[in-house]
Amino acid sequence: MTEPKIKIRGLSKAFGDKQVLDGIDLDVMPGTSTVVIGGSGSGKSVLLKCILGLIEPDSGSIEVDGQDILGLPRQARERVNAGIGMLFQAGALFDSLPVWENVAFGLLAQQKSTRAEARSRAGEVLAQVGLDPSVGDLSPAELSGGMQKRVGLARAIAAQPGILFFDEPTTGLDPIMGAVIDGLIVDCVKRLGSTAIAITHDMASATRIGDRAAMLFRGRLVWQGEAAALLDSGNPMVDQFTHGRRDGPIQMELRR
Amino acid sequence: MMQPLDAVAAIGRGTLGAVRHAGAIALFGATGLSHLVRPPFYGRIFLGVFLEFAFFSLPVVALTAVFSGAVIALQSYTGFSRFNAESAIAGVVVLSVVRELGPVLAGLMVAGRMGAAMAAEIGTMRVTDQIDALGTLSTNPMKYLVTPRLLAGVLALPLLVVVADILGVAGGFLVSTAKLGFSPASYLSNTLQILTTNDVVAGLAKAGVFGFLIALMGCYHGYNSRGGAQGVGAATTGAVVAASILILMFDYVLTELFFAR
Repeated sequence: MTEPKIKIRGLSKAFGDKQVLDGIDLDVMPGTSTVVIGGSGSGKSVLLKCILGLIEPDSGSIEVDGQDILGLPRQARERVNAGIGMLFQAGALFDSLPVWENVAFGLLAQQKSTRAEARSRAGEVLAQVGLDPSVGDLSPAELSGGMQKRVGLARAIAAQPGILFFDEPTTGLDPIMGAVIDGLIVDCVKRLGSTAIAITHDMASATRIGDRAAMLFRGRLVWQGEAAALLDSGNPMVDQFTHGRRDGPIQMELRR
Repeated sequence: MMQPLDAVAAIGRGTLGAVRHAGAIALFGATGLSHLVRPPFYGRIFLGVFLEFAFFSLPVVALTAVFSGAVIALQSYTGFSRFNAESAIAGVVVLSVVRELGPVLAGLMVAGRMGAAMAAEIGTMRVTDQIDALGTLSTNPMKYLVTPRLLAGVLALPLLVVVADILGVAGGFLVSTAKLGFSPASYLSNTLQILTTNDVVAGLAKAGVFGFLIALMGCYHGYNSRGGAQGVGAATTGAVVAASILILMFDYVLTELFFAR
């Protein structure tokens, strides 16, 4: 039986008295895309940051390729992270660097190539996300939101990572640009054969990107299944969320 | 109604908070310095910050030094002429500038300029997830952002202070010779007679410490900023205020160390 690429067990994290993740169990199989949906503040971004080592969980385990990555020494942790690409919600492009250096940043950091080779590779990756290589000379501030997302995607895939994370990849984009970004994500994941986790509240995006889906509510995974079944899951919480109904088991708290 | 013990508890909490804060800053600085001996070192980042620190701060430091030297000459003349001690003015100017005003005023000016810039840049990177992004791209943010800035601060401020010392003395010289009637040759002779190597080295050592403090405060406050624009603004203010106070505190400590008998 195939082992999960990412295996999470009993993952919990609290900030003060607010329990953000509460005993999360999640398997992500190799070469598949899992979409995690949930409302704002449900813990989606914290889940990704725990896997990336940006936030230390209170308890639980996270295995990548069978290796528990929590508590790894710094260098071993950096080796694991070198195999992970991440597209941040707002792009998180380095505004002090030109676009090409943003795209090639991971390659240069890992000392996999010279600056000339990295420059050339950045042009290739920009072309893969539908941008002219000449965009590489621009500053991130000169790009539109959609172009920034593409550059962020190019940066995430430049080192051909085995794992890709997407944090709200279509937030702030118009529906057509959102569909374009989703298409690029699916193409990139398939081309690289990567394992992907995307977090989103955009249902159209979730069904386009995901093979599997899971829903987070108050720090717990309340449903897991096929992404294609998201809009007709039979779970009252998922149905309320995916159809955007005001009434249902999920009651919006004005203040927590 | 406030009980006596409440006041004690408040003092205790404040003390613990201050100690915790000081410990966090010390640990942050030590971590930043420890990356100096652990490759890779980001030379391009260092050169960029060093240029910004040393070269682009020159005008503000130069103007401050010239006018400070000139003012000391004028004020000293006003006081010393009452005791027929005008001949001491050259010595007062050069010792004040080289031992104190050069490093302290350059430090305060650069704290306003570079401390604020570092805190704003790193703070913006924090609130826009750029620091998290560094971590996902096989790059240690401390090594990439903090270490080159600390080194640039330590090396750049002494260079600025050399310029400030020369221009400060020049300011005093100009006022003394053009306005107060001193002979240029005797003024310079008095200046060189009273100045010792120890004065210059102590001033430059102070500058190195002040440069470190400016970079440390800029990086620490930026790195730990929270929230959006307001958080970055608070980090910037905090960096400048903390660096300015620390410069004055350490100036006293270093003066005790170098000059107290």
